[in-house]
Amino acid sequence: MQLEELRFGTELLKRGFAKMQKGGVIMDVTTPEQAVIAEDAGAVAVMALQAVPADIRKMGGVARMADPKIIMEIIDSVSIPVMAKVRIGHFAEAQILEAIGVDMIDESEVLTPADEFHVDKAKFTVPFVCGARNLGEALRRIKEGAAMIRTKGEAGTGDVREAVRHMRLIGGTIRSLKGMNEEELLKVAREIEADHDLVIECRKMGRLPVVNFAAGGIATPADASLMMQMGADGVFVGSGIFKSEKPELMASAIVEAVNNYRDPAKMVEISAGLGDPMKGIDAGTLQEGEVLQTRGW
Amino acid sequence: MRSFRRGDGRPRVGVVAFQGDVSEHLRAMERVLGDGGSVVEIRKAGIVPGCDGIVLPGGESTTISRHLAKTGVGDEIKSAAWAGVPIMATCAGLIVICEEIVEETRFEPLGLLKARVARNAFGSQKESFEADIEVKGFASPYRAVFIRAPAIVGWSKEVEVMARIGEAAVAVRQDGLLALAFHPELTADDRFHKIFLGMIEGVD
Repeated sequence: MQLEELRFGTELLKRGFAKMQKGGVIMDVTTPEQAVIAEDAGAVAVMALQAVPADIRKMGGVARMADPKIIMEIIDSVSIPVMAKVRIGHFAEAQILEAIGVDMIDESEVLTPADEFHVDKAKFTVPFVCGARNLGEALRRIKEGAAMIRTKGEAGTGDVREAVRHMRLIGGTIRSLKGMNEEELLKVAREIEADHDLVIECRKMGRLPVVNFAAGGIATPADASLMMQMGADGVFVGSGIFKSEKPELMASAIVEAVNNYRDPAKMVEISAGLGDPMKGIDAGTLQEGEVLQTRGW
Repeated sequence: MRSFRRGDGRPRVGVVAFQGDVSEHLRAMERVLGDGGSVVEIRKAGIVPGCDGIVLPGGESTTISRHLAKTGVGDEIKSAAWAGVPIMATCAGLIVICEEIVEETRFEPLGLLKARVARNAFGSQKESFEADIEVKGFASPYRAVFIRAPAIVGWSKEVEVMARIGEAAVAVRQDGLLALAFHPELTADDRFHKIFLGMIEGVD
């Protein structure tokens, strides 16, 4: 086999990588020790960060890509995929993460946006995941080359309500496409500022054309079950694990919940005796400047 | 022609559905079976004994192994394999069924395939690749999709190698086991699924 016969970074490989994450939990970690706890709990991947979203909220200031040293230490500590975040539009941070060898890049509203344009993700070999609040945002990101979508929710709050709202909005809009004729589909594409072909693809598939995870405020096994029942392919848990009283227990309970979300009796067992979940903030009480989900467009 | 477990003359194929690209495997299997059989998800113990063939999907081997051990499905699969029920294992599935994993892992593989497997043998996701490979018995090259793929770096003589990349084996058969380092469920080329169906029907 000649090396030049191999094709890298194709759409199939990028979206295929995301498919391998389905039915799984991706956990935010800030140290190799936390990464090992996540892997032992059954996480399908970890998100390597300098601080979890709840702490980023508290610290204020400019939130940037994590120190490559931390990311490399985390890569060395686990065998599951490692993801990391870049500021919206910061393609130079993305180039650095690709060179480090992270398995997926999250172009994330949790960090401070660097540009009014999102990264041109099709140019990269490494796949991207992006946040979305509605179908228009999701399809704009997919058009730019995102291989996976996650709800934005409201990161670092431990309040699942915004993730629920975003998942309903994406799912509901796709369901509404079903009875539409050609002209109406064109009108929707225009209104939500999305690519017409992608709108048609959503109608045909009855879902987003890429893997769609829930993220932003998931803090308990019940939250994970809620999002799975609403049609998520899997969940990201940010602050919810390492801001809880017993991270090991919470981590494996959320993994179990994603597998048994249809079984309330099993969910009782899974949810019992986990200690206190993260304290959190009611997402409805945030001031305008504290809201992360409105970053990106 | 072997007789099938449910007695309606059609095979039932179970896809291990804890984590990974399960729906892609379900659809590929349904496409190949048509009206000639049924496909069922395996999420708990008690389903494997009613299956005539079992598919282990791609995903994260650590996560899938953990669920196999916790639910008892792993032991059921071992018993089924020993009883001769064919198994198709892709990517993570290949890691799960092998006898030995090169690097230290936090789980016990099922030990069915007499082979030594290296995880992420080609590197991280940016080294994932597609390639047209030569497969023993195929008339034309096969487009294989390798995603953070493992590779078989050692095997005993019961293992028949169907395809290689360099020195490593990436498609092998051993009795009722068909193990692939890549993802036939992600492409429209059903040749490996048809081989698996032949194994289930006892014609191959």
